[in-house]
Amino acid sequence: MLWRRGNEHLGGTGVTSRTNDAIEVRNAVKRYGDFTALKHVSLTISDNEFFTLLGPSGCGKTTLLRMIAGFEEVTEGGIFLFGEEIEGLPPHKRPINTVFQNYALFPHMNVLDNVGFGLEMLGKSKSEARARAGEVLEMVQLTQFSARKPAQLSGGQQQRVALARALAPRPKVLLLDEPLSALDLKLRKAMQIELKHLQKETGITFIFVTHDQEEALTMSDRVAVMSSGEVQQLGDAREIYERPRNMFVADFIGETNLIEVTVDRIDAGRAACHLGGGHRLTCDAVDGIGAGASVHMSLRPERLFLSSAPTEGESLKARVRENIFIGTDISTILDLDDGPEFRVRASNSSRGTSRVFEPGTEVFVNMEQGAARLLMD
Amino acid sequence: MASKKYDLRVYPGFRGITLLCLVILYAPLIVVMVYSFNASPSITNWEGLSLRWYADVFTGPESAKFKSAARNSFVIALIAATVATTIATLSATAILRGGKFRLRMVSFGLISLPLMVPEIVTAVATLIFFNAIGFDRGLLTILLAHIAFCIPFAYLPISARMQGIESTYEQAAMDLYATRRQAFTRVLLPLMAPGIVSGFILAFIVSLDDFIITNFVKGAGVETLPTAIFGAVKQGIKPNIMAISTMLLGVSVVMVTLSWLISRKDRKT
Amino acid sequence: MAGGAATGGSSTSDTYAEARTWLLLPAWVTLGILVLAPVAIMLVYSFLTKEFRGGVIWEFSLGAYDQFFCSRGLFGDEPCSIEWTYIQIFWRSIWQAGAATLLSLVIGFPTAYFIATRPPRQRTLWVFLVTIPYWVNLLIRTVSMKFLLRDEGPLNDFLTGIGLLNEPLAIVNTNFAVQLGLFYSYLPFMVLPIYAAVERYNFALSEAASDLYAPRWTVLRRILLPSVKPGIVAGCILVFVPSLGSFLAPDLLGGARNFMIGSLIEEQFKGNAGNWPFGAAASMILLTMVLIILLIFARQQAKAES
Repeated sequence: MLWRRGNEHLGGTGVTSRTNDAIEVRNAVKRYGDFTALKHVSLTISDNEFFTLLGPSGCGKTTLLRMIAGFEEVTEGGIFLFGEEIEGLPPHKRPINTVFQNYALFPHMNVLDNVGFGLEMLGKSKSEARARAGEVLEMVQLTQFSARKPAQLSGGQQQRVALARALAPRPKVLLLDEPLSALDLKLRKAMQIELKHLQKETGITFIFVTHDQEEALTMSDRVAVMSSGEVQQLGDAREIYERPRNMFVADFIGETNLIEVTVDRIDAGRAACHLGGGHRLTCDAVDGIGAGASVHMSLRPERLFLSSAPTEGESLKARVRENIFIGTDISTILDLDDGPEFRVRASNSSRGTSRVFEPGTEVFVNMEQGAARLLMD
Repeated sequence: MASKKYDLRVYPGFRGITLLCLVILYAPLIVVMVYSFNASPSITNWEGLSLRWYADVFTGPESAKFKSAARNSFVIALIAATVATTIATLSATAILRGGKFRLRMVSFGLISLPLMVPEIVTAVATLIFFNAIGFDRGLLTILLAHIAFCIPFAYLPISARMQGIESTYEQAAMDLYATRRQAFTRVLLPLMAPGIVSGFILAFIVSLDDFIITNFVKGAGVETLPTAIFGAVKQGIKPNIMAISTMLLGVSVVMVTLSWLISRKDRKT
Repeated sequence: MAGGAATGGSSTSDTYAEARTWLLLPAWVTLGILVLAPVAIMLVYSFLTKEFRGGVIWEFSLGAYDQFFCSRGLFGDEPCSIEWTYIQIFWRSIWQAGAATLLSLVIGFPTAYFIATRPPRQRTLWVFLVTIPYWVNLLIRTVSMKFLLRDEGPLNDFLTGIGLLNEPLAIVNTNFAVQLGLFYSYLPFMVLPIYAAVERYNFALSEAASDLYAPRWTVLRRILLPSVKPGIVAGCILVFVPSLGSFLAPDLLGGARNFMIGSLIEEQFKGNAGNWPFGAAASMILLTMVLIILLIFARQQAKAES
């Protein structure tokens, strides 16, 4: 089989498999002088997983990635690769490869030599390295560009060379630092699918860093949402989207209505709440939020629908302020009676569950099940 | 767990070599500065601090020679630097703000020519030239030669500065009804002032320092400081030479520092 | 404006296109008369007949070049065989300049690299520290070097004083002293272009190489050095070319045995030999060498850019 993980048989680095966790980050702290970039981050990434670190710029995701690669020292805590501590090993002694944000292709080497570089450094002869580089280039469909210099390639081609270069030495873990951010939207979408396939095909653990939540949700087995140096929530795409733990995650992932509510009572796993203007809502209770708490509630706009008359369930009375045409969707901005502003999204299709109302119309906002979720601060 | 930081940028030994480099660069100058304050007439023995050799420069038996050489040096440097800076400013304007034209690169090449031709060759050529046209060698020949080789030194900081000024400034000025000339004098020139000052200072120092070309084109009996020092050194390094050298060194260092501070202050604002 | 866009930068424009002829005229006149014309006349002089005690007789002669390249025996009546005296002086100059360039590179590269990897605020200060001595009069610097290195000079005093040497080390009047003097004369020319190249270098390339299992010194050799090569080549040229025609360092630090081109030429105009056409011819040969080197360099730079 062409793709077998781990390059120890290539002259290796002595790190052998012991556990099924490809990477364990244990209580890692990173400080730059007074500034703390990472605050006691712990997470485990399973073997063969497509794992994504998602967050806005400055959240510490790239710092964490660079610590795993060995470019940044860990101030406190440890990093383990299949159970072996790797903190303290320089990058060239870690069987982990990186696809860099701007690819960092060696400008003075052609594509083939770029891809073969890692193997050569692992002690393979130049001809062996080239042969293997050729195989990997075939895999990313770039064989005909072998003799080109990186500057003679398009952005998408450079991206795939960077990928081939990082995969060629058969790393145990592949790190990808926003590798798609320089590509245009269409190419990015195509690469997302290609990356996902490559990961399944090679069985290598991928750790992907991005600030694009859609990209993260599309590709990943699991996502760690990060902000201000901490992991805010860790879970699969569905979990993160539908059951955000706190305000930051709910706000960062997708579009949402964040509304201040007060919890009146909790009964059989349901929380009864009220918001300004005397409106009442019931939703699933969340551990850690009890009766009397003043918290925020997230209402996903695409899980709300409008009607001209109240329905059986709970509905809120509101007035349409404006309709915004987005293309696939139509977004309606509403003013709740004595309450906050509201957004509702409906699919721009004749089969849509909601019709479009003229501005000024009085309507009722209805909720699908699970549309509302209480959030920790 | 606290591993030694593995910083890819750091190569062991490079800091040491840098410090060694600075020692090599500064040791000779510092030694000469220190020995210029030596009380002893011998350059080998140290007999304590004294300013006697500085006094000797101004009042000693050779003081008349040094004074006239210093006057020549400074007058030539002042005029040569002024003329060269003016020519360089005009040229930079043409080359960087004159659009594309056939002689653009040729003009740039001509201006940098004195930097490319070995100094000794320029010296020989200038000497032969003055000889061929029957021009008597003296202060004027030195001045003309200095103007020529000062131009590139003035040009470099001026053009560097002009490259950093977006042309939209002059275009904005002309949009606001300034003529080309007004856009130049009222907008471009003030913006270029730091570069022009730097260029002038560098040209001044280069003129003040020149030995080889001056030595070829000077007339008999006309001396500048470097040629006077060279003549004296040929008979052995004497303490008064070290005193003159220290003073000249001081002038250069002060002027370069000034130029550096101007460019640095300018970058901050 | 179109001019700015066409040259790829907003810092150039065609605002003063109409006046450019007048703006460039002073430079053309000055440099034409004081640099171009003299070099042309020098070329003419190298083909004239020498007048004893300086000057020329306006009569065409290949005598100067003949003297340079041909040995015609004691009485000058034998057929031409190669004259080695002057070729050797040129060869020694090339060798000395080459050694000085190597010395500058060995010390200048780590220095430039070290400076370029300082925090940005500190860099200008370091650059300033390295360039200050360059702005001190070359003559004073060379004299200072001689003073320091003398047999009875401070360096030897120091080395014998701490017991490292039993007797003073003779440095002045050696090849090494000349190389050291040349190194001292032109070091910033080595440091500055390399510094500029390293500062532009994308350190992600080093990270990528390290990530792909290259140890530190392999990263230097395989990735960093090839990437900053244009800076290194520029530095070497900028040190080599002025070293080749230098006069002060060999004259003051080298002594009679370490004669270089500069001294040979100077002697034709100042000393007793007084052969102007020969001096002009030697200058022309030196100039030709330098221009060839610069031309090759310019072509390489152009190739590297494309």
